[in-house]
Parts: sequence; C-alpha cells; structure tokens
Amino acid sequence: MGFVSTKELLTIRNLRTSFRIKDTFYPAVDDVSLTLRKNEILAIVGESGCGKSTLATSIVGLHNSIHTKVEGEILYNNQNLANLTEVQFNKLRGNDIGFIFQDPLSALNPLMRIGEQIAEGLIYHTKLNKKQREARVLELLEQVGISNASRVANQFPHQLSGGMRQRVMIAIALSGKPAIIVADEPTTALDVTIQAQILDLLKSLQDEIQSGIILITHDLGVVAEIADRVAVMYAGEIIEEAPVIELFRNPKHPYTRSLLNSIPQTHSENEKLEIIQGMVPSLMKLPREGCRFSSRVPWLDESVHEKNPKLHEVGPGHLVRCTCWQHFYFEDKEGSVNG
Amino acid sequence: MWKTVIRRILIMIPQLFILSLLIFILAKQMPGDPFTGLITPETDPNRIEELRIKAGFYDPWYVQYYNWITNAAQGDFGQSYTHEKPVASIIGDRAEKTFALALFSVILVYLIAIPLGVIAGRYHDTFVDKTIVLYSFISFAIPAFVLYLIFVFVFGYRLMWFPTSGTVDVSLDPGTWEYYWNKFYHLLLPGISYAILGTTGIIQYLRTEIIDAKTMDYVKTARSKGIPMKKVYSRHIFRNSLLPIAAFLGFTITGLLGGSIFIESVFAYPGMGKLFIDSILSRDYSVITALVMLYGFLALLGSLLSDIILSIVDPRIRID
Ligand SMILES: Nc1ncnc2c1ncn2[C@@H]1O[C@H](COP(=O)(O)OP(=O)(O)OP(=O)(O)O)[C@@H](O)[C@H]1O
Ligand code: SF4
Ligand SMILES: [Mg+2]
Repeated sequence: MGFVSTKELLTIRNLRTSFRIKDTFYPAVDDVSLTLRKNEILAIVGESGCGKSTLATSIVGLHNSIHTKVEGEILYNNQNLANLTEVQFNKLRGNDIGFIFQDPLSALNPLMRIGEQIAEGLIYHTKLNKKQREARVLELLEQVGISNASRVANQFPHQLSGGMRQRVMIAIALSGKPAIIVADEPTTALDVTIQAQILDLLKSLQDEIQSGIILITHDLGVVAEIADRVAVMYAGEIIEEAPVIELFRNPKHPYTRSLLNSIPQTHSENEKLEIIQGMVPSLMKLPREGCRFSSRVPWLDESVHEKNPKLHEVGPGHLVRCTCWQHFYFEDKEGSVNG
Repeated sequence: MWKTVIRRILIMIPQLFILSLLIFILAKQMPGDPFTGLITPETDPNRIEELRIKAGFYDPWYVQYYNWITNAAQGDFGQSYTHEKPVASIIGDRAEKTFALALFSVILVYLIAIPLGVIAGRYHDTFVDKTIVLYSFISFAIPAFVLYLIFVFVFGYRLMWFPTSGTVDVSLDPGTWEYYWNKFYHLLLPGISYAILGTTGIIQYLRTEIIDAKTMDYVKTARSKGIPMKKVYSRHIFRNSLLPIAAFLGFTITGLLGGSIFIESVFAYPGMGKLFIDSILSRDYSVITALVMLYGFLALLGSLLSDIILSIVDPRIRID
C-alpha cells in the first residue's frame, strides 16, 4: 500500500485495542480495518459490549493509557493516531476531530455554564479573544438549531432538556470545524421524537460542513435513516461491511441477518419480537480462535467451515467474515428484511 | 436563591422551639434548683421558699417555659449564681474568645486539608497518596485528649514554646500591637492541635470526590475538546470537587464549637467550652441551660450556613 488516497479521511488498519485485566491485556477491538471518506456517514453497529465505544475512543485517544494498549494504524493526515502522545492528540481533539457522547447530561459539566463549556475548546485551538469566542459560541448554538442562543449560553446543563443538551454537545463537537466527527450513540439516551430531530440535525450539518462522521449505534433504524455505509461488529471484529442499501437488501453474515430480523416491524404487530439467541461473551471469555459467532450458530455444519474466517469481498464494497453463508438455509425471513 | 435561604430559616423556627422545649424539660428534671446553691447552714428555709415563689417555681410548667423562652429571646438568661452576674454577660465575654479560637482553627484545618486532599486525589494510589491517607487515618484514630495533653506537656511545659493557659498575658495593655500578638500567640497551640486532628473528614471527602470526578463523563468531554490535562484538572476536576467542600464550613464550625469543650479545658483557655465544664461542676444551671441552648442554636446555624453555601456553589440546588 502506498499513499492514502485523497478521498480517504481516516484509514484504520489492523487496529487492536486491549484492556488490562489483572496484568493480562484482552483485546476488545481485534484487528479492525476501516476507512472513512470525506462527507460520508459510516455507521458501526453491533450489540452491547461488542467494542463499538472502544473503537470510537481509540480514534480520539481517550483511553486511560496505563490500562489500555492501542496497536495498529489509525491514519489521519499522515499521522498514526495510535502512537500519538497526549500533547499531540490535544492538537487534534476538539479541532480536527469532534466527539459526541451518548448521554449529554453526564457528558456536560453540571457546574459550568453552557457558553463556557462550548468556548473552552476555542481557547486552545483558536486565537479568538474573549469577545470573539462569545460571538462564536452564539453562532455555534444557532448552527445546532438553538434559537434563544444567548439565554442558553448562560444556563447550566440541568436547565435544558435532553434534546437541547445533545445539541449543545454537538455544538462543542463542531466548535473546531472538525474534519471528522465521532458520535457514540448520540441518540440512545433521548426520546424517540427527539432522536429524529437530532439525526436530522447531524445529517444537515454534515451536508453543510462536509466532514466524515463515524456514527456508532445499535439502532438499525438510525442506520437506515442516515448512514452511507455500515460496518457490523461482533465480539471485537468486523463481520460484515457494506453500503447501507446493500446491507439491508442483501445481508450475508448470519449475525447481520439475525440483527435485521430483530428489528421490530411495525406492520406485523402480532408477530413475536425476534431475539438473537445467546449473548456477546465477556472480554476475558471471548473466543480468540475461529469464528467468534460459531457458538451462537446452533445449526453449524463443521464440514463446510473455514477455520479462521477472513473478510471476503462478495460484492462492490461488501465484505463478509464468513465463507459458508451460501450453504445456509434460512427460514424464509426475506420478506421482513427490507431496507 | 433568597427563597431557598428564607425557607431554610423558616424551617429553623420549629427546630429551635423543639430544642428549647427539650432543654427546658431536661433542666427541670435535674436534681435541685438554682436556689439550692444558695443554701448555707444559716439560710432561713422560708426565705428560700419565698424566692422560689417569686421566681415562679410553682407556676404551671408552660408558664415557666413561656417566661424562660421570652426572656431568652431577649437575651436574658437569668442570673448566674456562682458568678453573681447576668448569664448573658458571662457568656458574651467567653463566646468572643471561643470564636477567635474556632476561626483560627478552621482556617488552619482548611489550609492543611485542602492541599493534602487535592494531592491525594490527584496522585491517587501513589506513595504520596498513601502517606496522606495514613496520616488521615492516624489522626482520626488518636483520641483527641491524648494528643492535646501530649502537646501541652511537650510544647508548653517542656519546650516552653507556647503559653499553657489563658488568652492573653495580664501584664499587657489592651489595644496595643503586642497585646493582639500575644492573644494570637495564645491561640497557636490549641489551634494547631485541633487542626492536626480535625482534617480527616475534609481530606477523605476531597480525595474521594477527586478520584470519582476523574472517571466522570464530563471529564472525557473536556479531554475530547483537546484542552491540556492540567486544565482538565483545574477547570473541571478540582473545581467540581472543591465547591462542595465549601459547604463543609458550616459543619466544621459546629464541630469546632463542640470540640471547644475539650480543647479549652486541656489548654486552660477560658472560652465557652471551659465555662460549660466549670458550670457543670458548680451546678450553675442557668449558665448550663443557656450554653446548651446556644450550642444547639449554633449547630442549626452551622447547617444553615452549609446549605446556603451549597446553594450558592451548586447551580442545581439554586431555585430561580
Ligand atoms: N476500561 C475498560 N476496562 C476493561 N474492559 C473494558 C473497558 N471498557 C470496555 N471494556 C470491555 O470491552 C468490551 C467492549 O466494550 P465497549 O464499551 O466498547 O462496548 P460497546 O459496543 O460500546 O457497548 P455498548 O453498546 O454497551 O456501549 C466489553 O466487554 C467491555 O466490558
Ligand atoms: S464463519 Fe461459520 S460459524 Fe461463523 S458465521 Fe460463518 S458459518 Fe457461522
Ligand atoms: Mg458503547
């Protein structure tokens, strides 16, 4: 491989992020490779505990460096973010890369006024003076759809609604005019109606500022609504990756298929909710050999099986970590899997 | 914020009422009465009886209580029978000395506890932290009077660095610079002794608060803004952990006033605490009840102060 293509904003290669548990490091993200392009929303989906947040925080270096090991490459602007020091990272965080957290209530400092929290990053990344920073704060608040900006800037987080708080978080993420925004479940903590508003906001902002967004979620409805491409994670690995329409129309991996089957369908109310059997194994007990999903495949036929499944390209931009999907016969669920 | 304060003050009224009633009942239960102290072999028993009637001793209890509480509200706690002076004037003079000692001790406690708590929290689990925690446990475990006595003995009598009794040398003229310096000098040993033992709560609270704050989401947000770690500590972690400490102030003062009973006796410092012990020994009931009432009132005032400070520093408690 030579130079990073100009279209690729962020290239992750063989990323392995491990946590120390009693002097042993256990990978929570294992050999993940991904690319994010300019003006693209890349969704990362998977069940709770599959390593989505670990992947997100690796990109911005928010881990505790004593208990965490980040190996591999996270290439941005000819720098490998996996090897950056805290000081080097601080030049990028809040500037080139913005981060949106899941729960805006706990993610905002309860004792600090909203305006001050938004302006904070500007102190270190811009040469604006206090007056200019205040003006910029109001501009940002208006940009995220807050109309009474000067009032909100003077308020404390507990005085705002959940949706407003998440808008404030987005304003913080936007403050450095970032090339990349990482959003870790930005709508999970919100009411359904507010979720839609926040998603619309993200989408329209992205059209406006043309940054690449990594959107982490376990909500496939969110994915269908705004993502361009999807990577499905399971137990620290990417098991399927495809453009969003392709993934919904033509899911290949049995895990993806069961994920899609577990979306409640509004038109079939009397049908039982499809639940994936079993649970994501805990970090220490993760299978490190062979297909990590195999223990949850009750119909597994060992004879047709690749020992350590690699990602195989099965269509343009469509990768699947499973060789034998062709051999499976699914009870006819095709009707309910739509995009 | 004023609403909060006024509401808090209104709550104090029933609290004070119950407190005064309890004190009144307890005082009534005590053996003897103020006049017992006046009885000498020569006293005419009829004279005492007359005095009792005059003092309202045989009135119904609620009348007695009413008289006592209305007088007390006007600052009249009756006569001290050992000092033969109004109770209020005796206490007033002593209270000033106790407050001087309490103020000095509180300042010392905060000067020692805040840096130690911050360092322990910041460098959590390192050698420095462990040393500070060890100190705070030891100071918690040592009985106060043991340390006080050792200090009086070593620094007062042996090394003679500090005076061992009184609040000021009698030879000095009031109002001179030397006079005030000498007063301060008398505060040093009791104040330092108190402060050394009185820091545990604040150190432990601050340390835990900082360790907790480090794992908070808003700290991650602060880091995600790319601000230097030093600023993450000062603007977010320390700030958020230190503000609640301010609210400790009220309780610290209350604790100190209670503690003054001990410390003033050991250091022969003639404040309220020593007056309390002396009055108990001489059964000077009117002084005792007045002091208990005063201590109770100050305790309520302390918690009021804490609540007010907390409502100032924590916007979530504010009522707009
Ligand atoms: N600091 C840590 N130390 C040890 N293990 C961790 C740590 N953070 C996460 N893990 C473990 O790593 C695995 C992946 O966690 P992660 O938070 O990335 O999952 P997730 O996909 O974001 O889940 P969720 O949907 O619940 O947010 C989990 O098994 C989790 O228990
Ligand atoms: S690789 Fe094998 S076990 Fe794994 S998902 Fe595919 S078929 Fe199932
Ligand atoms: Mg997560």
